[in-house]
Amino acid sequence: MDYFLTEEQQMIQELAAQITKEKIRPVRAELDESEAFPWEIMKVLAQSDLFGLYIPEAYGGMGGGILENCLAIEQLAQGCIGIATTFAASGLGAYPILLFANEAQKQAYLPDIASGKRLAAFGVTESGAGSDVSGIQTTAVRDGDYYILNGTKQWITNGGEAEIYSVLAITDRSKGPRGASFFIVEKGDPGFSFGKKEKKLGIRASATRELVFQDCRVRKDRLIAKEGMGFIVAMKTFDKSRPGIGALGVGLAQGALDISVEYARKRVQFGKPIISFQAIQHKLANMATKTEASRALIYCIARHMDANDAPDASKVAAMCKVFAGDTAMEVATEAVQVLGGYGYMQDYPVEKMMRDAKILQIYEGTNEIQRNIIGQELNKEYSRLKETFF
Amino acid sequence: MHIAVCIKQVPDTKNVRIDPDTHTLVRQGVESIINPFDLFAVEAALKIKDETQATITVLTMGPPQADEALRDALSRGVDDAVLLSDRAFAGSDTWATSTTLAAAVRKMGDVDVVLCGKQAVDGDTAQVGPEMATFLDMPYATFVKKIEVLDGSALKISRQTDEGVEIWKLPTPCLLTVIKEVGEPRLPSLRHKMRAKKATIPVWGVADLGLAPENVGLSGSFTQVVRVFSPPRRTDRVLIQGPIEEQVEQLFRHLKESKVPGL
Ligand SMILES: Cc1cc2nc3c(=O)[nH]c(=O)nc-3n(C[C@H](O)[C@H](O)[C@H](O)COP(=O)(O)OP(=O)(O)OC[C@H]3O[C@@H](n4cnc5c(N)ncnc54)[C@H](O)[C@@H]3O)c2cc1C
Repeated sequence: MDYFLTEEQQMIQELAAQITKEKIRPVRAELDESEAFPWEIMKVLAQSDLFGLYIPEAYGGMGGGILENCLAIEQLAQGCIGIATTFAASGLGAYPILLFANEAQKQAYLPDIASGKRLAAFGVTESGAGSDVSGIQTTAVRDGDYYILNGTKQWITNGGEAEIYSVLAITDRSKGPRGASFFIVEKGDPGFSFGKKEKKLGIRASATRELVFQDCRVRKDRLIAKEGMGFIVAMKTFDKSRPGIGALGVGLAQGALDISVEYARKRVQFGKPIISFQAIQHKLANMATKTEASRALIYCIARHMDANDAPDASKVAAMCKVFAGDTAMEVATEAVQVLGGYGYMQDYPVEKMMRDAKILQIYEGTNEIQRNIIGQELNKEYSRLKETFF
Repeated sequence: MHIAVCIKQVPDTKNVRIDPDTHTLVRQGVESIINPFDLFAVEAALKIKDETQATITVLTMGPPQADEALRDALSRGVDDAVLLSDRAFAGSDTWATSTTLAAAVRKMGDVDVVLCGKQAVDGDTAQVGPEMATFLDMPYATFVKKIEVLDGSALKISRQTDEGVEIWKLPTPCLLTVIKEVGEPRLPSLRHKMRAKKATIPVWGVADLGLAPENVGLSGSFTQVVRVFSPPRRTDRVLIQGPIEEQVEQLFRHLKESKVPGL
């Protein structure tokens, strides 16, 4: 499929694909087994300039946008979404700074994130606040030139490994939805520590930990934007990052499809390659169609968001995440079916893909929440129309 | 410090096939890559550049398509590239190849270190590096696994031999051939890839190098490939084991049975 990518965009794809082929595929099973953090590959990604794709050149990035980032994420995800998630989560942690921080903060943090010298992470979720972000209990209390943070964030990707954290905390509970704020916390700040590393069903190469704040004192210049902007910052960040989760889904689905077709052409039963059976062909056809549809959706929406200050950003970003995430889960599950018992064995990569795919329907807002967002946006959109369609 | 790295474009041996009738390499549809050992030479140069203010020029002698190999090296962070390409270079053996490469290094003028891979995976001669050094009147070391720049005018190197590791100090200019222990070749970066795509690569021919046409290519070669063939299957082998006296006895019997002249 020709998606009319520029020469530079094609180079991004080519480079990320080379990294997947030479560096990720050979180690993915081993990292899945050992749950070791993929530092080696993060170094390769850093040296290849891919961490700064969406960051302006003025801050050491490559000056691209959501599409460029999605192209890289998709290729890396064809190899392993545990590794690709680690990469993408640094972007998730960077977006609050990129979108809302002041010049001095941008200068202080973005160049290191763009060069991959330091990883970033995004800390919102807590034990009692998953889908309902407004339920967070972590507080930040102003004390002269400082804020003092207390509370615990749960399941934070890159927790413990990243050095720069964008963290959401309540600054004034009485203000409700205007009572939360984002802070930049650095690994090594006094009172900031990490909980144990979680054991997971999938994306086991990625690190997921608690962030623990016990009278953690940060200077007031670590506040992002203004007090009370926290939920807006979170929302706008998700608008930018969710197409990237979609790209993880496209990559994973493509990786599963590639293996399925190759296998179905080789595996002989009843004297014929199983691809000659219509039941298998139809499965492969559905897998291929949905994968391509996800890719087309994501490239198209990413371009739309990069070109416009899209008023429908929340809706279309949620569409990327929900459609490609569900597709990845379905395609990976079907891939295991196409490979039969071999697919169920760890000697073949599709069982890992099936375990990995599930996270795409959960993190960065569950797919139920994405549908809520799309539904609410539709309701708003249509309430503004004067027209009737009957 | 100016480092020249000599690279060769070779068929990707992972996918190479031999034509059963002609016994030659089937090059059609086979991707060309940088000779893997030369990629280690590129990496060794980049490692020096990481530590010092070195500039790196990569050289290859080959057909116009060898340009791809040079751009691959540029995309990994090499500064400049020169393509040595001329119809007159066709059919070069190692002597003619090193004559040509040495002339290019001489033309560059300010080269402090020449790096080569220990050998090319297609020819496997391991001659070009040492021959070049001889033509250039440079000291050289082969099978180098580690390079340290001591100051502007000397290198400390470790070379792997069958007996162990030798540590040498070499004055510059000098030539080194490297082995894979110098370090895993780095992948391209996006910035370098973009630069490589746009780079104009000078092409030097016989005249540019000030060489006489009879000294290069086929006419400048002392060896010529008359025929390429797949070796016949080796006959059965016998593994002789046991105490040394018995082994000698067994060997003697075998040789006698196979009617080796003089026994
Ligand atoms: C591996 C991993 C990595 C993560 N990384 C990060 C990170 O880097 N940073 C971060 O801040 N968080 C991270 N999270 C947290 C993640 O974003 C949350 O798990 C997610 O938002 C869902 O919250 P929950 O798990 O508490 O589920 P709950 O909110 O308890 O939801 C449980 C179920 O109820 C459904 N549900 C809840 N509310 C509604 C509703 N209103 N309508 C319909 N259905 C509803 C959900 O869809 C889900 O099916 C990570 C989680 C995991 C598992």
